[in-house]
This record gives sequence, structure tokens and C-alpha cells, in this order.
Amino acid sequence: MALLEIRNLHLAMRSFEGEAHVLNGIDLKVDTGEIWGVVGETGCGKSLTGLSISRLVPTPPARYLAGEILFEGRDLLAASEAEMRALRGRRIGMIFQDPTTNLNPVFRIGDQMVDVALHAGHADPAVLGLDRRASGRARRKAARALAVRMLERVGIPDAARRVDDYPHQFSGGMRQRVLIAMALIGKPDLLIADEPTTALDVSVQAQILRLIHDLVVEDGLTVVMITHNLGVVAQLCTHVAVMYAGNIVEAGPVRPVFKNPGHPYTRALMAAVPTAGTKRGELAGLPGIVPSLFKPPPGCRFATRCAHATAACDLGAPAMRELSPGHSVACVLAGEI
Amino acid sequence: MSAAVETGPRNALSSRWQNWRRGAYRFRQSTLSIVGLVIVALLIAVALVGPYVVPHPEHVAGGVSTAMRFRPPSAQFWFGTNELGQDVFSLVVAGSRISLLAGLAVVVIAAIFGTLIGAVAGYFGRWVDEALMRFTDLMLTLPSLILAMAIAAALGPGIGNMVFAIAMSWWPGFARLVRGEVMAKKEEVFVQAARALGAGAPRILMRHILPNVISPIIVKMSLDMGFAILTVASLGFVGIGVKPPTPEWGSLLSLARGYMPDYWWTAIFPGMAIFLAVFGFNLLGDGLRDVLDPKARR
Amino acid sequence: MLIYTVRRLLLLIPVLVGLSLLVFTISHLLPGDPVKLAAGPQATQAEIQSLARELGTDRPLPAQYWSYATGLVKGDWGQSVLTRRPVWDDLKIYLPATLELVIAAMVLAVAIGLPAGLVSAVYANRWPDYLSRTLSLAAISMPRFFLGLLLQLAFAMWLLWLPLGGRFPIIDEPPPFVTGFLTIDALVAGDLGAFATALKHLALPAAAMCLSPLATITRMMRASTLEVLQQDYVLTERALGLSQRLILFKYVFKNALSATLTVIGLYVGWLLGGTVLVETVFDWPGIGLYATKAIVTQDFMPVMGVTLAIGVVFILSNLVVDLAYGLLNPRVRYE
Ligand SMILES: Nc1ncnc2c1ncn2[C@@H]1O[C@H](COP(=O)(O)OP(=O)(O)OP(=O)(O)O)[C@@H](O)[C@H]1O
Ligand SMILES: [Mg+2]
Repeated sequence: MALLEIRNLHLAMRSFEGEAHVLNGIDLKVDTGEIWGVVGETGCGKSLTGLSISRLVPTPPARYLAGEILFEGRDLLAASEAEMRALRGRRIGMIFQDPTTNLNPVFRIGDQMVDVALHAGHADPAVLGLDRRASGRARRKAARALAVRMLERVGIPDAARRVDDYPHQFSGGMRQRVLIAMALIGKPDLLIADEPTTALDVSVQAQILRLIHDLVVEDGLTVVMITHNLGVVAQLCTHVAVMYAGNIVEAGPVRPVFKNPGHPYTRALMAAVPTAGTKRGELAGLPGIVPSLFKPPPGCRFATRCAHATAACDLGAPAMRELSPGHSVACVLAGEI
Repeated sequence: MSAAVETGPRNALSSRWQNWRRGAYRFRQSTLSIVGLVIVALLIAVALVGPYVVPHPEHVAGGVSTAMRFRPPSAQFWFGTNELGQDVFSLVVAGSRISLLAGLAVVVIAAIFGTLIGAVAGYFGRWVDEALMRFTDLMLTLPSLILAMAIAAALGPGIGNMVFAIAMSWWPGFARLVRGEVMAKKEEVFVQAARALGAGAPRILMRHILPNVISPIIVKMSLDMGFAILTVASLGFVGIGVKPPTPEWGSLLSLARGYMPDYWWTAIFPGMAIFLAVFGFNLLGDGLRDVLDPKARR
Repeated sequence: MLIYTVRRLLLLIPVLVGLSLLVFTISHLLPGDPVKLAAGPQATQAEIQSLARELGTDRPLPAQYWSYATGLVKGDWGQSVLTRRPVWDDLKIYLPATLELVIAAMVLAVAIGLPAGLVSAVYANRWPDYLSRTLSLAAISMPRFFLGLLLQLAFAMWLLWLPLGGRFPIIDEPPPFVTGFLTIDALVAGDLGAFATALKHLALPAAAMCLSPLATITRMMRASTLEVLQQDYVLTERALGLSQRLILFKYVFKNALSATLTVIGLYVGWLLGGTVLVETVFDWPGIGLYATKAIVTQDFMPVMGVTLAIGVVFILSNLVVDLAYGLLNPRVRYE
């Protein structure tokens, strides 16, 4: 059984202009120990996919039209809020993009970490190294010791003292380390990282990526890493999923996908590997317009920008086809171009 | 957003129109704003025609009928009669015009005065700004109701004096608002251009800057209306400002205090009138702010 | 922080000089001759002149201001031309009465308004939120003097549960003066009966007074909670499994409170200036009634004294709020 399996996930988002069909049948199967990179242009639905796994997309305005998200075989979309909470922080950890806004500014970092640790310890006392009968005070003490240990692990010098500092007393890179420590303090099995380095200085990005890599390897974590950067995927990930306008258009192990990309969009992405001048999420040299998600065309959503588009592309959404074991592509021309 | 990509860049005019439509949509969505609009419209209608159609216009003019003192509310006297036998309904209806006009006058005078100070401070900057704003801040520290009472009492009774007195404690808010807006507008290209062409300060202020800051001023005026009416009634209630035959709501209420609890109707109806008027304007102002300031929306 | 407080207190001096100058100027710009009024309608010109000499109002204005300002420092805030009592002595009696009322009202308003705003934000755009928003707007629009009358009518005239007005029964001996706050003085004296009596007298005026700050605090707290709920760190806290209750009452509350605090500070000053209305309704012997009497008789010294006193309390309460803001917000540095 896969650790995480997303099947045919459809999500609609209400706004002033109407309801947009932002996720259009996402399929993704993540096995224990795999490190998935999810790439795609801005607005294609990467974050919503990631948030859906922890069921953090607010409904309304969002609405799940169809599909299921299986975590160890259990459908999370059908789970109760209490069940979800038992998973969050304990089984599923999350890291977000901007470390300056993701730490509560008026609390000491230790405060926030201790609360997460206590929560995880409540779901599973082994996290704190205690048994069920431990007193509240003992738990708190263990949680704090754990927080200090985690800070040391993510490379915060003088952690025992800094645990009582406020977020503004840390640099951006250090704050992201704190957030990583916080996400991992409950010893999760699955880590979802939504562009964890995008907001950081270039010089710090590599350090943080290396840190994530080391921790993941040490703990045998399964990871879903959302990013714009194919270079990151190539270095860090075992698998990659390419998203376009609410669909996964190509997925599989990194090597075959990069070596032999089957979807024209994947090729375009790879041709446009960002240089210093390109803006975040911008795809250089690919003309055309992304179709409106309010009235999506019935056929392939990439057809409007595709150099190879034919009449066949407008007939219906292309199904996923396997090019090689585990490597599948949603394009009618897959394997022919 | 993908939809925007498809339609391409819109021009400024149509996006402003779009914003306006969105605002109107939100306003219509909000029941409370509509209720406010209805109350205010009714109030204005009553203030316009009320004094001509009240059942006892002679009471409004100060006439008394001692034979009919303290009648409880009935079909003949909807709101009962007071200690002088006057029809409370007629008085309350007639009072609407006074309250509305006085409230409006307070806001207008305060806006003019505040705009003057704020514009001069914002435009000339430096020590002029420093001096005027220190002065404005000091004025804000003074208790405005006591200040208004003191000025009104010194000027002597009369609605005009009262309105002036309240306005004198009301302008600092406008001054601050206008100063900020003027300072922002002063740096804009069209103002710089006018200055380069040799236009003088009064001309630049009147022709180029003030027309562009008028809308926040009007918004603040509409937001302040409710509280201006409330302040007018407050002064009437403490007995400073209007002389008794004037059917001002606050002073009606103040006179009625002495006849509680037995003749409660003499107090309840003027009080309700104040409350409704202020509530209506506040509901409306709240809705307007939502429309005009999407940031504060939610 | 101590240094910061001292510096803020020192900064008060120019403000107070400005305030006293402003008050002095306004009172002399206004028409009306208090000396003439005090001397009475039958007074001869000679009598008026001798009274003016006695009160020092025949001297040039700068000299008058100078002696007024130096007097302020020495605790001589002038005297009433009508009662001939020193303003300072009167303020010592009346200001605590008003402060007791204002503080009681603010405590009520804060205690109810903060949770109400928080809940309103959580239920944003559902019925508890609509209810609380409508009620708050109604409460803000409610004239305090009318509300006071209604409360009197209900609780003091019909139900007879609470006294109609005043601070303490005239026939009873109030607890000995310590702070001037009757409730506290009664507790200091260990007199629970007097405490209950004082509290009963306080109940209605405080209720009438707390409604509009309560509503404003609710609205402000609602707005800032909504703002905070949008923040990324709230999503992180949820993503890591913290309970809704912990997030709301610990993590969101502290952030939203620091934004609401400013309003609380402003309201203290606003209430002080507006106590006139409630004091009139409930015959509460505070600075509002005192000022009204003086205003009606154009007795300027007490009015100036009251205005200055309110200004000082207002500035001080803002200082307290700023300090509290620093306690809530670690990013604020006192330098
Ligand atoms: N709260 C919301 N309300 C309305 N639409 C939303 C909301 N959140 C996201 N969307 C829409 O859903 C689509 C997918 O958003 P998502 O945040 O998943 O994109 P993304 O791939 O993560 O982009 P980025 O690279 O910029 O982070 C976008 O078109 C966005 O406009
Ligand atoms: Mg995203």
C-alpha cells in the first residue's frame, strides 16, 4: 500500500468572478521513502494539492467535486476533523514558503515548538519518549528538551538559549531552519514542503536544501516537495510530477522523465531552466495563454500553447499513458514527438 | 490570475467601473447597509415634509394646551402629550429637521475648517506643518464635548452658536485626514507640472490638489454624520445650546427626565428618535466604507 | 523600559505647557465676563473692579498666564469665582469619582468586548457574527444619556433593584478617604456592606457608559482577529495540528489584542470627556457635573482645571497603552 495516494482529485474555488475548476483530476501515488518534486508554473494548483493532503484548503470557498486522498489507505477527505488533527504535525509535517510570515511574531519560538511537540505527544507519547501516564509537567519538560534537540539538529547554534528568542531575532535562513525543526518535531512520516527556499537568499537556499536532504535521509522521510526549480528536483528528488493548469501532465522517476520527457510542456519547462533574470514562476519563451479555469476547454488544457497541437487535442482530456515503468504522460502524442 | 491573462490588460476606466460595480454589489449584498439607507431616506423625507403635515403644528410653534397634559399614547396622540399638553409626536417629527440640519452643518463647517488647516499644513510642510499639526494634536487631547459645551455656553443660546461650538471641536479629524492626502498628492506629476508652469500655491491647492482629495473628505463627512447628530442631542440634553420652545430631541428628553417614570412616553419617543437617526447614519456609513475601502471589507 | 517611561513622562512637559496655554487662550477668547457674573447683577462698577483685583483678572494676560502656569506646578489650579473654593481641592474629590466610573466601564467593556470580537471573527459572515455586528453598531448609536434613562426606568423605578443615582446614600457615612474610589476604600476599610452599596450605585452608570466602548472594542477585535486569521503563521499552526482553541485563544488572541489596544487607550480619554452625560443622568458627583455647573455659570477656572486634568489622564493612559503594547509585542524596542 502506498503511503499517500491521490486519486482523481477535483477541486473548485469560488470567488467574485465565479467558480474556477482549479484541480482537474490529480492522480499521484507516493510510496514510503520516495521524494517527489512537484513542478509547474505559478497558479497551476501545486499549493492547493499540497494543502489538500492535510485538508487545509478552506471550504468554502473551495469545494471538492470528486476524488479521494488516501493516506495509508484511509480517505482523508472523508475523515473527521479530529482524525485530521491527529495526523497533522504527527504523521504529516508541513513547511511553507516564507519563513518571515510563518512564525508567529509575538511568541518565543520555543513556545510554538513546545505546543507542536505536546500535540504530537498527545497523539503518540513515544514522540516525547514518555508513556501515557506521564504528568503534564513531565510532558512539558520533555517537549522543551525535544525542541532544543530539534533546534540543534537543524543547526541552530546555542540552541538551549535561542529557544527562548522571538522570531525577529533570527535571520531568514535561521527562521526556515526553525520552521523545519517545528515541522519535524512530531516525527512525521510524510513531509510536505511548499517552495521552502523560494523566499530565501540564493546563498542560503543551498544550505537549506542540503539540510532538508540530510534530515530526510536520516529519518527515512517521504517527501512531497513543491518547487519551481527543476535543478532542485534533479538534485534532491527521486520522482517528479509536472503540473499544468490543474492537471498532472507527466509523472515518474526523475531520471527517465528528465532524460526522455514525454509531454511538450515538460520539454518547454526544461528548455526554460530559469536564469538569474527570469521572474519567479515565469516561463521563458513559451507564448500563448493559459486557458481560463472558469470555463476550461474540454480537451487538453495545454493545447493553446502547444506547438504540436492538432484537432485531436481538443476532443477530450488526454488520459495518462505509461511510457516506461512508472513514467506516464497525459498527451495524445506521447512517445511520438 | 488565469482569467486576467485571457482577457488581457484592462484600461484604467473600465477597471474603475469594475471596482465601482463590485462595491455596489457588496453594498446590495449587505442587508444592514440597505436598512441604513432606508432609515436615512425616511428621516430625510420626514425632515422635509414632516413639519407641514404634523397633527399639531401649533405645538411645534410653542403653543400649549394645559387641558391635555400628560395624556398617554393613544389614537389621537400617538406619542402622548407632555407637561404642557403638547403633542409629543408633532414635536419629535419637527425635531428631525433640526437634528438633521444641525448635524449636517456641524460636519460641513468642521470639514471646511479642517480642510483649510490640513491643506495649508500639508502643502507648505516644514514649520507651518509642524506648528499647525502640534496645534491640531493639542486640540485632539482636549475633551471635545466639554470644549463644545464651554464655547456654546459662552456664545449664548441658539442653534447656530451650538453648531459652531461643536464644529470647533470637530475639525481636527478633518485636518489630519486632509493633510495626509495633500502631502501624498503634492508629489504627483500633475502637481509638479503645474508648479513648473509657475502656478501659485493657492491656485495649485484649489485647482489641482483639493479636487483630488474631495472623496475621502466626503466619506469622512458621511461617517461623521451619525455622531454629529448624537453630539447635537447631547448638548441639548445637558441644557446648553437650544432654548426650550425649540423641539430639539435632546432637550425634549432632558425636560422629560423630571416626569419619569409615570410619564415615560415623554422621554422614550425623543430618545428613540435620536437612536434611530444615529443608527441609520452609522449603518449607512458602515456600508459605504465597505464599498469605498475594499481593504476594510470582510 | 524605565528610561523610556521617564522620557515619555518628560515629553509630557511641553504638551502640558501647550495644553494649558491653549486652554487659557480659549477661555479668554470666549465672550462673557466671569467676574461680572460672579459679582452679581446688582454689583456696582467699583465692586466689580475690586473683585477683579482680588482675583487678579485686571492684570495683563501674559502675567495672568504666568501666574496660572506656575500655580499649576505648585498645586494651585486657581479658584472658582462662585464658590471661592480652590479648583485643586474640588478635583481631588471629583476626579476619583469619575475615574472610578470610567475604569469600571472600561473593565466591563474589555472583559466582554475582547471575547465577543474574537467569536464574531471566527463566525465571520454567519449568524453569531451578524448578530454581534448589528448589536455593536446599535450600541455605538445608542445615546448614553438615553440608555441611562432606560436603565433607570427599568432597574431603579420599576424593578427597584438598584439606586436611582448618586455615589453613596447621603445619610450614610462613606468609607474613609484613601484612594477616592469608594469601592476600593470600602474594601480597604474592610466594610463589605459599604462595598456592596458602592457597587450598587456604580452598576447602572457603569453599564450605561460601557456600552459604546464595548461595541467599539468588539468591532476592533473582530477586524483585527480577521486580519490575524489570514496570516501565514496561523496556517502553519493549523498544519502542525494545534487545536482550534489553542490557536484562537493563545496565538491569535495575543496578536489581535495588540492591535485593539490602541483603541482602548483612545477610549479612556473619550469617555472621560463624555462622562458629563452619564453623570447628569445619574447625579454622579464627578468632574463632568462639576464642569457643567461651572460652564453654565461661566466660571472658567474649574473648566480649565477639568480640561487639563482630562488631558493629563488621557496622555497618561496612552502611555500605559504604549507600554502594554510593548509587553505584547516583542518587536517593539524602547529606545
Ligand atoms: N483562496 C483562493 N480563492 C480563490 N482562488 C484561489 C484561492 N487560492 C488559490 N486560488 C486559485 O487556485 C489556483 C491554484 O492556486 P495555487 O496556490 O495552488 O497555485 P500554485 O501552483 O501554488 O502557484 P504558485 O507557484 O504561485 O504558488 C490559482 O489559479 C489561484 O488563483
Ligand atoms: Mg503555491
